[in-house]
Amino acid sequence: MNAVMPLVHAVNVHKDFHGVEVLKGIDIDVAAGEVVCLLGPSGSGKTTFLRCINQLETIQGGRIWVDGELAGYVEKGGRLHRLGEKQIAAQRREIGMVFQRFNLFPHMTAAENVMEAPVHVGGTHKAEARKKAVALLERVGLEDKCDAYPSQLSGGQQQRVAIARALAMEPKLMLFDEPTSALDPELVGEVLSVMRELAEGGMTMIVVTHEMSFAREVADRVVFMDSGVVVEQGAPREVINNPQHERTRSFLSRIREEEAEHEGGAV
Amino acid sequence: MSESTGDTEDRERPGTIDAVPVRHPGRWVVVAVIAVLAAMFVHLLLTNEAFNWSFVFEAMVQSPVLRGLFMGTILGTLGSMLIGVTFGIAFAVMRLSSNPVLSGVAWVFTWFFRAVPRLVLLTIMGALGVLFPKGMALGFPFGSQLMDLLGMSGNLTFVTLDANQLFGGLIGGIIGLGLSEAAYMAEIARAGILSVDEGQREAASALGMSNGKAMRRVVLPQAMRVIVPPTGNETIAMVKDTSLLIGIPVINELFFQLQSIGSRTYETFPVLVAAVIWYLLICSVLMAVQSRLETYFGRGVGAASRAQTRGGGLFARVRSMTGGTS
Repeated sequence: MNAVMPLVHAVNVHKDFHGVEVLKGIDIDVAAGEVVCLLGPSGSGKTTFLRCINQLETIQGGRIWVDGELAGYVEKGGRLHRLGEKQIAAQRREIGMVFQRFNLFPHMTAAENVMEAPVHVGGTHKAEARKKAVALLERVGLEDKCDAYPSQLSGGQQQRVAIARALAMEPKLMLFDEPTSALDPELVGEVLSVMRELAEGGMTMIVVTHEMSFAREVADRVVFMDSGVVVEQGAPREVINNPQHERTRSFLSRIREEEAEHEGGAV
Repeated sequence: MSESTGDTEDRERPGTIDAVPVRHPGRWVVVAVIAVLAAMFVHLLLTNEAFNWSFVFEAMVQSPVLRGLFMGTILGTLGSMLIGVTFGIAFAVMRLSSNPVLSGVAWVFTWFFRAVPRLVLLTIMGALGVLFPKGMALGFPFGSQLMDLLGMSGNLTFVTLDANQLFGGLIGGIIGLGLSEAAYMAEIARAGILSVDEGQREAASALGMSNGKAMRRVVLPQAMRVIVPPTGNETIAMVKDTSLLIGIPVINELFFQLQSIGSRTYETFPVLVAAVIWYLLICSVLMAVQSRLETYFGRGVGAASRAQTRGGGLFARVRSMTGGTS
């Protein structure tokens, strides 16, 4: 393909669950170092698209390239050949993912969670991995929680451990699937500030979120999705302040009402 | 509103509440009834001559009985549970695999070994020698037929084993009980694996783990929390089922040895009591081991503290039951 392919290059991606089409031809490019926020009402397909990028879902049509490599297939003699399980696992190593419900391993301490992939996937020595895990936990402000089990941590702390765990494999791309939706309102800030630092450090990030202020301040670009298609995209200030499409406008005004309600309740 | 929080510093901390607890008179009545029944039982144990306690303890430590205890009962339990747990977990993983061949094989295995009673299974194991009167040949499949077809002599056999010797003894018994146990353990392990949240497997995949590694490192350790309690149950059941080894027949086994002492000496009842005491002792040790395992696999889920209070023992339970404050 062309020499300067973006880090994520998705072309005409289709996905259906048992005949119900949830992605109807998505084209998205994400350049290295770019932070892209996916916005849209629930059921718009933004989470599904995110999961397609690291192949937690298989797509039925279209192609996704990550770092120049076709995800899930190899093209030989004009036909696509499905990759084996081990090769798909290898592709996923380049991508870190943070889940809405954290999904920390409950039988391991915070440090063990972070060490798990470097030791058992990357083959790093335990002592070295531990040192790196402590440094990562320090980076997310949890150096004193290394030996705590997830059940002993607050939601915000758990999500920060999950971010450290995803960073441990030194991914080229980080995917965030509504990372603050399961958190109490007062814990949202600590997670967002870790993500903000990550973005400032040059990490390529795709973030599914409802946090408009984060999208406005941190994202280089926002993509608004609805019913399985990209409705509009552009610089956050343009899309959020001056939406061109009716669907974007109604979604944004609904979000604003909710935010106003929230603030009204808190006062 | 916010002013009221300001003067808490000036207020005195109230003393710890010292209230009269709820009384449970009904419990005391039940305790009294149980105490009388227990006294009657102890009286029976001590005064009835048929128990012949000195003979009971003598029979318990006879060397054939001890050999039967260690070989048949303890080694038999350990061996068959080792096979049962290993194969059971393997079959559970196969059963849940997306590969239809693997899941089919696991289903047929479970179907067969759950259907056949253990005594029947062990009797069949002991009789397997009939199928291989010339010994069991390990070698190329259909080796002798193949060589005939090619017009050559020989049968492509590497080793010939005596089937009677192999299956007619304790090894046959352990294999038989182990395979039967694997069928039950497969169902227990399957329930355990299914109890682990799907997000755990996804998180492991997202970190680049293969399915096998995700199973070993992430899913199974969490499934163990669900698998261990029923496995303890199965182990205790297996201790008792080793008495079926006589179906093979294996005579190096606790119950058979005690019974034969009984029939030699006509002290039939004391030897039964001796067997009960041995089984009680073994199962008590196993229960202690199980509680340790539950604590270990429950780490990080708050189950550890629960297991500890549960292991508080009979005394603690009686105290909390009667509402006593020591």
